[in-house]
Amino acid sequence: MTFVSKPRVHHPNLPTNELGLTRRDYEGSVSTLCAGCGHDSVSAAIVQACAELSLPPHRFAKVSGIGCSSKTPSYFLNRSHGFNSVHGRMPSVATGANLANRDLMCVGVSGDGDSASIGLGQFAHVVRRRTNMLYLVDNNGTYGLTKGQFSATNDKGSTSKKGVPNLYEPIDLVSMALQLGASFVARSFSGDKAQLVPLIKAALKHKGMAFIDVISPCVAFNNHGGSTKSFEFVREHSSSVVDADLIFGQPEITADYAEGTQENIAMPDGSTLQLYKIDANYDPHDRIGAMTYVQKMQEQGQVATGLLYVDPEALECHDIMETTARPLNELTEETLCPGSEVLESINQSYR
Amino acid sequence: MNTKINDFVIRFANVNGSGSASANGMFAKALFRMGIPVATRNIFPSNIQGLPTWFEVRVSEQGYLGRREGVDIMVAMNAETFAEDIDSILPGGYLVYDNSKPLPRELVRSDVHEIGIPIATMMLPEFADPKQRSLFKNITYLGALAGLLNIEFDVITGMVATQYKGKDALIEPNIRALEIGRNYALEYLQAPLPLQVQRSDAVGNRIMIDGNDAAGLGSVYGGATVCAWYPITPSTSVAESFENHSKRLRIDKDTGHKNYAFMQSEDELAAIGIVIGAAWNGARSFTATSGPGISLMSEFFGLAYFAEIPAVVWDIQRSGPSTGMPTRTQQGDLIGAAYASHGDTKHPLLFPATPKECFDFAADALDLADRLQTPILVLSDLELGMNENLSDPLEWDDSRRYDRGKVLSAEQLDGLETFGRYLDVDGDGVGYRTLPGTHPDKGAFFTRGTSRDEYAAYTESPDAYQRNMERLQLKWQTARGLVPKAEINGRGGRVGVLYYGTTSLPIPEALDKLAVSGIHLDTCRVRAFPFGEEVEAFVADHDLIFVVEQNRDGQMRTLLVNELQTDPAKLIPILYFAGLSISADFIDAQISEYYEEHKLARLTEVTS
Repeated sequence: MTFVSKPRVHHPNLPTNELGLTRRDYEGSVSTLCAGCGHDSVSAAIVQACAELSLPPHRFAKVSGIGCSSKTPSYFLNRSHGFNSVHGRMPSVATGANLANRDLMCVGVSGDGDSASIGLGQFAHVVRRRTNMLYLVDNNGTYGLTKGQFSATNDKGSTSKKGVPNLYEPIDLVSMALQLGASFVARSFSGDKAQLVPLIKAALKHKGMAFIDVISPCVAFNNHGGSTKSFEFVREHSSSVVDADLIFGQPEITADYAEGTQENIAMPDGSTLQLYKIDANYDPHDRIGAMTYVQKMQEQGQVATGLLYVDPEALECHDIMETTARPLNELTEETLCPGSEVLESINQSYR
Repeated sequence: MNTKINDFVIRFANVNGSGSASANGMFAKALFRMGIPVATRNIFPSNIQGLPTWFEVRVSEQGYLGRREGVDIMVAMNAETFAEDIDSILPGGYLVYDNSKPLPRELVRSDVHEIGIPIATMMLPEFADPKQRSLFKNITYLGALAGLLNIEFDVITGMVATQYKGKDALIEPNIRALEIGRNYALEYLQAPLPLQVQRSDAVGNRIMIDGNDAAGLGSVYGGATVCAWYPITPSTSVAESFENHSKRLRIDKDTGHKNYAFMQSEDELAAIGIVIGAAWNGARSFTATSGPGISLMSEFFGLAYFAEIPAVVWDIQRSGPSTGMPTRTQQGDLIGAAYASHGDTKHPLLFPATPKECFDFAADALDLADRLQTPILVLSDLELGMNENLSDPLEWDDSRRYDRGKVLSAEQLDGLETFGRYLDVDGDGVGYRTLPGTHPDKGAFFTRGTSRDEYAAYTESPDAYQRNMERLQLKWQTARGLVPKAEINGRGGRVGVLYYGTTSLPIPEALDKLAVSGIHLDTCRVRAFPFGEEVEAFVADHDLIFVVEQNRDGQMRTLLVNELQTDPAKLIPILYFAGLSISADFIDAQISEYYEEHKLARLTEVTS
């Protein structure tokens, strides 16, 4: 399989932003994810957010780990460098990238396996370091690339493709981000563009650690036992005609609902996701309040969405470390090397 | 008895955490300041307080810096190890101990001179505070040694004054403790001993520094701006040195802000991830670790090898896993480091042997990493890293410019028809890279592991994969010519000795010993992997080569056999791996025995 670039021709009447660029200038290459995958909606939301904010499309450092979600940085912002790194280690690579050049916008995309299992430690520590970045998790509760194993964000009691229930407590990355010092914490749904795009815009504008947990259903691994859309079903019924595993595309799952209301989303695995959009009366500046709220909603079986917490005054990692305002990767010998005369006095101090 | 000047080994046996390190360090430094070559060795436990610890100083007018077997003077201050400490004294040697309590009769050795000093008893009326009494015991035996060994007293008192500058209240009692010890020695003991010191000019302009400190300072000079690390003995002081020196040398005068980033990460995985992320984004970065950290970092090494990202990694080698022996030295990480990670990977290694070389290699490694766009691993060890040793003074050439390798600027991108990140434009296997954010619409690419073509486009094409792997092999050949060359000496003999890193320390002494019995060896000190042509020629030109190293499996020998297709029969392993540093006596004995067993011809000078 080879990488496919999109045709450069586009509609002459596409609107331009303050930089004279159209949305197309913010796009990436053609996605290789399954048709209808929520992750593609997230990539599209990033494209829209960056275009609407008129951010220079080459001034990003896009970093990811491994997994379906981690493939997505090549599907947006083609003019920026991207780095598909090591499973669960996006946070450290993003930290390094941000240390080297604090002027670039740092966008890290990860998944629930990447961040809540193998990379939980790195997730925790990049949050507490308050690295200035957008940390976005495409959360589908499953391992896609390795064909549908449970991830650690899966709800207790939900069943796997073999009908085995998940026995363990789920990890809620939003609660952890709140506790560990993220200065911007939000949750949204991949199909709710009206909510997601403004949240991404706000996160990009935020100085400091901005964490967004995006629930993004996996259309391929509808894992409930008897489903005719299940992976097993497809494999059983297709293996005689094709060698490769075949995944039927699914329509994208979308949501459009008002603040202060609940929306029930039918998930591919047959379960129902109850989203609750927080309303104008919610105070997003109260960290302890946010932690309690998220937990309470969870207790009621509801998933709170929206901007849950923001502290615009919080220091980011470079401020905490008191590093120079100039990007470290631009410093030269003149600034970095103390020279031979100083070395001679250092030698003397070792005599 | 004949007087012996500037030639002995003294060992201090103490309890960890009793404040002995500073007194023992002052002893070594005093001799150094008298111009006498010294080599220090700290043999310490994985413990903060309470376990036995030893500090050994080798005093050698000839300048032999390797460890020597046997102890001439034992300062036995740890009751727990008393018996074994007395046991280790060479016949005719000296036992210095606190005779406030009598020496158990079963421990008395008729072939050892006992020097009892009632240290605890003398402390009692002098210092009211029991803590002070315990602390100044160390300073008191230092004072006694000054009398016994003829150390210039004002050199020591001068050091006390410098050490406690600003804490003046501490100077007077320290000097008092020194005097108590010295006066006792001069009044009640036969001082000076036949073993003694005398001012010399054998040190020359050398300095006394440990390898880790020099490595940290070299990283400052070499332009590292990001240091990410996780504490692990014996590497921790590399990172700490970088920070200490940066705090003075890298602060913006106007703003007070730091021209460096220093980050203690959550583990070694994160440390190397940060280094690779920073280097990908164009900052010179490094980390320091030891064997277990190398294991943890290995997945990232693979990514950096395939994605071609510079990184500098200091591996301060120690013996095996867990707690205990890890505070002992070894050269056991060669194979693990050389081929670390999944798939076909190999990494250039540098082997510093002296503190000055740690300083030089710190800057060289940063240049090499940028030039070759790959991780460079510098293999030091505990012996070099954590012991203060004599070193030529550090040097920096102010005309030197950092070699940032092939990085395209926006202007250069404008001048290019096409840009391919992994295109071999120059035929040396090294492509041109671009840094994020350089150009509005040229030069951006997506960094991945292996699945890409010359233009960094995603592909799983077998041909593209193979082309890439062959180019990386060509890059490896380029590396052969860029890494530090081996140091080769000899007179065209048929037998040679090959060694590296701290195994070099005892070599001059071992060669002198061997020469006495008519064994003359050509020498090759390997300074880097991949092996350059000079190493290949040395191996080819000799019928027999002793490969001396400090590990069980002959790891350097394995690399030579594997990489140069050398006949294993001609590479004779000389291996020491018990955790102390290798000694000239050991090398001499092993090589002599081989000559004996195989009846090899010796060259004896005929005296008429």
